[in-house]
Amino acid sequence: TTITALRYKDGVILAADSRTTMGAYIANRVTDKLTQLTDNIWCCRSGSAADTQTVADLLKYYLSMYRIQFGHDPSVHTAATLASEMCYQNKNMLSAGLIVAGYDEKTGGDVYSIPLGGSLHKQPLAIGGSGSAFIYGFCDANFRENMTQEEAVEFLKNAVALAMERDGSSGGTIRMVILNKDGMERKFFAIDTANPIPVFTH
Amino acid sequence: TTIVGVIAKDCIVLGADTRATAGPIIADKNCKKLHLISPNIWCAGAGTAADTEFVTSMISSNIELHSLYTNRKPRVVTALTMLKQHLFRYQGHIGAYLVLGGYDCKGPHLFTIAAHGSSDKLPYVALGSGSLAAISVLETKYQPDLERHEAMELVKEAIEAGIFNDLGSGSNCDLVVIDEEKATPYRGYSKPNERATKQSKYTYDRGTTAVLKEDIYKFVTVQDLDEMQVDV
Repeated sequence: TTITALRYKDGVILAADSRTTMGAYIANRVTDKLTQLTDNIWCCRSGSAADTQTVADLLKYYLSMYRIQFGHDPSVHTAATLASEMCYQNKNMLSAGLIVAGYDEKTGGDVYSIPLGGSLHKQPLAIGGSGSAFIYGFCDANFRENMTQEEAVEFLKNAVALAMERDGSSGGTIRMVILNKDGMERKFFAIDTANPIPVFTH
Repeated sequence: TTIVGVIAKDCIVLGADTRATAGPIIADKNCKKLHLISPNIWCAGAGTAADTEFVTSMISSNIELHSLYTNRKPRVVTALTMLKQHLFRYQGHIGAYLVLGGYDCKGPHLFTIAAHGSSDKLPYVALGSGSLAAISVLETKYQPDLERHEAMELVKEAIEAGIFNDLGSGSNCDLVVIDEEKATPYRGYSKPNERATKQSKYTYDRGTTAVLKEDIYKFVTVQDLDEMQVDV
């Protein structure tokens, strides 16, 4: 898996590959690892599919209950803290690496990384999954804060594509979600389509 | 096992082979791997036979109670959620790998569920030891909006790929087609391994073995008793 999320000028963008494996077998080549938690908060999932789907389903449930009880949408910080709490309290039973990201009018875009142990890190750029090991250098060299949407999409597309080329557990297609004041937009990149995946091999 | 499912135009087709194994032994040559969850939701099972059998019948019961309580036809996502939450709780110890398909108020739906509780939503799927053979057929021939009979033939072909090329699969191919109106099961839709008629009898003609000696023994002696001697 390769998952990424960043803060850009107008909000946040999440991106992920689409490969799910069972041992050496690709069980799903068009997986959607970007999961909606609330209207304006999404998360990237890495690790065990069963664990991350369960955590995401529970997060969805608790956040919808929050909305009913308090009469307003939960903030990205609240969602991320709740996710971190669940990952930390159950760290012995879970293998779940999450990135929670969202946009709201008050705080703008926010990205939180929740790696294996359940710690919580607010970051302008978060990368995760087995494929992320291959793109730390690329991200250090090319990430800038306050990118335009076009720059940010291009950066994440290249980052995930590079990871997919070198990591056997990543591949398939690239999926994205863009979150800003205008709402939500989804992007999809695959070979032999109008939106191809960039190729870096000589 | 080979089990598959495809979404066709306004219907779902599920298929399964009929071989059950216990290690290297074929335990059942014509077993049923297509399970009814509700009249509009069916489930194909691979993995541990007992687990697929019990987990589907348990969820079937709970779905029935749920639809009685809510006065609604059951939804596929409800069965999906109940199955995956049950399997997740048992951390993979319930060895059920399922293809869940059905038709509800929101149209046709198809999912796979693995033993640890993860699920995938796809237009065509294959599970079990013969899934590699089956998925290669589906990957080359599947297209969206297949007609009902085209989908049935595609599923048959995918299952037969498993039957012929996978040691863990064999015998016949069962299908079930689910559309808006009803589900139609086809038990033994194709039987590519029918037992041939015997070439000849294996019984010996009377008199083949010479009779050298004949003795008849009396093991029982019957004796009439006086009525007074009988205890009442």
